[in-house]
Amino acid sequence: MLTAFDKELLNILQTELPISKRPFADLAQVLGTDETVVINRLTELKEQGYLRRIGPFFDSTKLGYAGTLIATKVTNGYMESVASAINTYPGVTHNYEREGDFNLWFTLLTPDLETQDKILADIRNLPGVENLISLKANRKYKVSVQFKLK
Amino acid sequence: MDELDKKIIRAMQDEFPLVAEPYQVLAQQIGITQEELIERLKRYKRSGQIRKMGAVLRHREVGYAANALCAWIVPESRLEEVATLMATSPSISHCYDRNTMPGWPYNVYTMIHGHSREECEAIANKIAEQNNLTEKTMLYSLKEWKKTSMRYFCE
Repeated sequence: MLTAFDKELLNILQTELPISKRPFADLAQVLGTDETVVINRLTELKEQGYLRRIGPFFDSTKLGYAGTLIATKVTNGYMESVASAINTYPGVTHNYEREGDFNLWFTLLTPDLETQDKILADIRNLPGVENLISLKANRKYKVSVQFKLK
Repeated sequence: MDELDKKIIRAMQDEFPLVAEPYQVLAQQIGITQEELIERLKRYKRSGQIRKMGAVLRHREVGYAANALCAWIVPESRLEEVATLMATSPSISHCYDRNTMPGWPYNVYTMIHGHSREECEAIANKIAEQNNLTEKTMLYSLKEWKKTSMRYFCE
């Protein structure tokens, strides 16, 4: 269970971890506690699975990567083999089976468009892939995974 | 981006050390001084290459059990206005406009997070009403086949 202190700590940490010599001491000061309390509690919260990741989150476009969202229609009975084949690409970071006509959706990041085209051509040729559309982003209005804990 | 930038970005994608001087530990792994690492990280943040330095939580663990990818048909003339407003909702983590395809007319995508499926529906209905939108499809996930963080410059 998250305590009131945990929620306050995680709400701040979701917004910003200072880039400084003693970032956890800086956080501790804001929270009115000691550096070791912050470090020890974060270590526990991490072990308990609350934290997905701490560190920098990069803007893929600004690092020069090409990204897209792909919707595929997979024939009944082929879902596992198609999903597993798609998962083998390191640039596939999210892959979800969803309700609807297009029943498998994944994101793909590649260093360039040529690599993207090649990977999509390979996936299109997998047995069980009936249809595949690439939905390129024109503009990102928001990318911010933050959950306000009350 | 020089080779050192790529080396730094590669190293920063590994486990972040939960110690008093984490950037010192990372700088040592990279083979530069802590000052140099801090200076470069601040530069990436200013330029937007780092969009956030911080933590992302596992949403199921913190009570947000339901999520829906909601795809919308927004009239082109109102695209910017509507997408900007959608992005202000705290229940929406991602909001993109994307190209359409023959047979697939949806042009705006929002990831909606709620405590239940009903809450996701209510959030989407409220957004539809606020923006006078009539066409949407809620794409609920049935199975997560993969969810991972991207590792840049590791190809």
